Amino acid sequence: MQVVDLEAEGLRGLNKTLQAQQMATNQTAWEVVNARGAHAIAVGLDAPIEVTVRGSTGYYCAGMNKQAKITVDGSAGPGVAENMMSGLVVIEGDASQYAGATGHGGTLVIKGNASSRCGISMKGIDIVVHGNVGHMSAFMAQSGNLVVCGDAGDALGDSIYEARLFVRGSVKSLGADCIEKEMRPEHLSLLADLLERGGVDAKPEEFRRYGSARQLYNFNIDNAY
Amino acid sequence: MNKHNPPMTASIQSSTFSQSINAEIRRAAATGIYDIRGGGAKRKVPHFDDLLFLGASMSRYPLEGYRERCDTNVTLGTRFAENPIELDIPITIAGMSFGALSGQAKEALGRGATLAGTSTTTGDGGMTPEERGHSNKLVYQYLPSRYGMNPDDLRRADAIEIVVGQGAKPGGGGMLLGQKISDRVAEMRNLPKGIDQRSACRHPDWTGPDDLEIKILELREITGWKVPIYIKVGGARPYFDTTLAVKAGADVVVLDGMQGGTAATQDVFIEHVGQPTLACIRPAVQALQDQGMHREVQLIVSGGIRTGADVAKAIALGADAVAIGTAALIALGDNDPRWEDEYQALGTTAGAYDDWHEGRDPAGITTQDPVLAARLDPVEGGRRLNNYLKVMTLEAQTLARACGKSHIHNLEPEDLCALTVEAAAMAQVPLSGTNWIPGQVGY
Repeated sequence: MQVVDLEAEGLRGLNKTLQAQQMATNQTAWEVVNARGAHAIAVGLDAPIEVTVRGSTGYYCAGMNKQAKITVDGSAGPGVAENMMSGLVVIEGDASQYAGATGHGGTLVIKGNASSRCGISMKGIDIVVHGNVGHMSAFMAQSGNLVVCGDAGDALGDSIYEARLFVRGSVKSLGADCIEKEMRPEHLSLLADLLERGGVDAKPEEFRRYGSARQLYNFNIDNAY
Repeated sequence: MNKHNPPMTASIQSSTFSQSINAEIRRAAATGIYDIRGGGAKRKVPHFDDLLFLGASMSRYPLEGYRERCDTNVTLGTRFAENPIELDIPITIAGMSFGALSGQAKEALGRGATLAGTSTTTGDGGMTPEERGHSNKLVYQYLPSRYGMNPDDLRRADAIEIVVGQGAKPGGGGMLLGQKISDRVAEMRNLPKGIDQRSACRHPDWTGPDDLEIKILELREITGWKVPIYIKVGGARPYFDTTLAVKAGADVVVLDGMQGGTAATQDVFIEHVGQPTLACIRPAVQALQDQGMHREVQLIVSGGIRTGADVAKAIALGADAVAIGTAALIALGDNDPRWEDEYQALGTTAGAYDDWHEGRDPAGITTQDPVLAARLDPVEGGRRLNNYLKVMTLEAQTLARACGKSHIHNLEPEDLCALTVEAAAMAQVPLSGTNWIPGQVGY
């Protein structure tokens, strides 16, 4: 286990060290101490390493992650795992707004609650939230899966494209063009896998599925008179 | 007077209800849909044409024609970046997306810019290998949609441009309509083929300049503080926008006036939101000067740059460089009269064609139709763009030498006067024949 003291090494020193790890590195386990809510911790990683951040983080922890498994042993500030490409990010506490924003791949697990705009503009990422999500979650969500084991706030899935949303609790309101959809066997199977990967002890049958009505997909431009 | 044939009152067209306005009313009444188009503001607004250089005289010493040295190089991103961008000329190619433009057009822009020693810029939709391969200096746009955004391309870029807004539509997003969504475009944007792709009007993971400062920190950490970070704003509140961009940590501010083009937006947005380019420059420069950042944070001005005179005037007003978009497309062949028959078939004419969003561009530039796109030879297009950039540079040098400047950046507002009261007020230079600068204390 390699231990990096963020206070001693500084943000640049920490990220430079983690970003320098190669695919075949033997130093696969890292621990970051003295996080103290700093921004941009462990961003732009691209190696199959495991990083545990002790304490809570500020903005954009694990931003644009590839391959790495990053665990925040605390809560995460806005934009955690934004634009993640692959790998796994686990937040032991709560996550602030924009969690998993624009993520292209990988899995984000939030063991507490997520604030507003969770999964905004997601593009393939899988997000599993053990608790609730705030308003405007999955806004303009393009693809990927958002699993909410608690409740969802207002305007869930507003202007959604092809992402799949699974909610176990209540949904305060659905956003524009977002509707409840039939939970077919393939969705139950998919959800079972997501729940297992997210470490959630729940049955897929307890969830409802939401997605796009696809009524906003084509703007009527036939105005060429 | 012949009582059987008295003089008639002349038929007078209304200035308020002009023929074009009436045609739009009829079109709206027939369709129930507002007009979407490409390009920038078409209305006449005060512009660089309303300024004149004074030239050398008894009190100024000119440089000799095309012989004496007049440098045009510019360095962008000197504030924080380890590797600032060094350009031979102060004219860059503005961001335009693969998707809005064909792959051939993007390649041609890269080729032309590289030949001329300047940079080109990606757009919404990500970076294509062809574009990266043919662009010696490539600026990677970071847009609200984040279509195609990934850390590998981010690290392949020579600079990052965070797009907050653009001159054609400050406060507005964009839309790439389904008819231009080919398999490749769809794949790059993680969306199904054939559906409209909305580009959001605001970023998904930050909401103001304080957040943006942290976003910039993240981008710098991902790219190792190597490349400059630009912030692009539309011409809305240039003094405050520039001030806040500098506060947020920009290396370069890109300021795009209302004549700046777009791939597709509502006509009412293009024509009625934002300020003319001419009105934006001095407030932006003032903001930089007030923070002691003029020339430390570079200013790139865009929106209606067409000639070397425009380049020289923008720089004289305080810009470090300019960017061209529409003009570059025209250099490639957009709206060329050689395609007049096909423009007519589309219900328009060469010079007026602006339905870029429909993907039926006869010139093969704003399309994803493989047959139309094949009309543009990227090598020839690149050659034409390079020629055009060279001519603009020579023109700007000519004007700078006439004002006695050995570097184009030595041009200054004192070299200019204005032909109209409006232009004098906006550019903050004297009205021709007077020492009157409208709006300044004392008048």
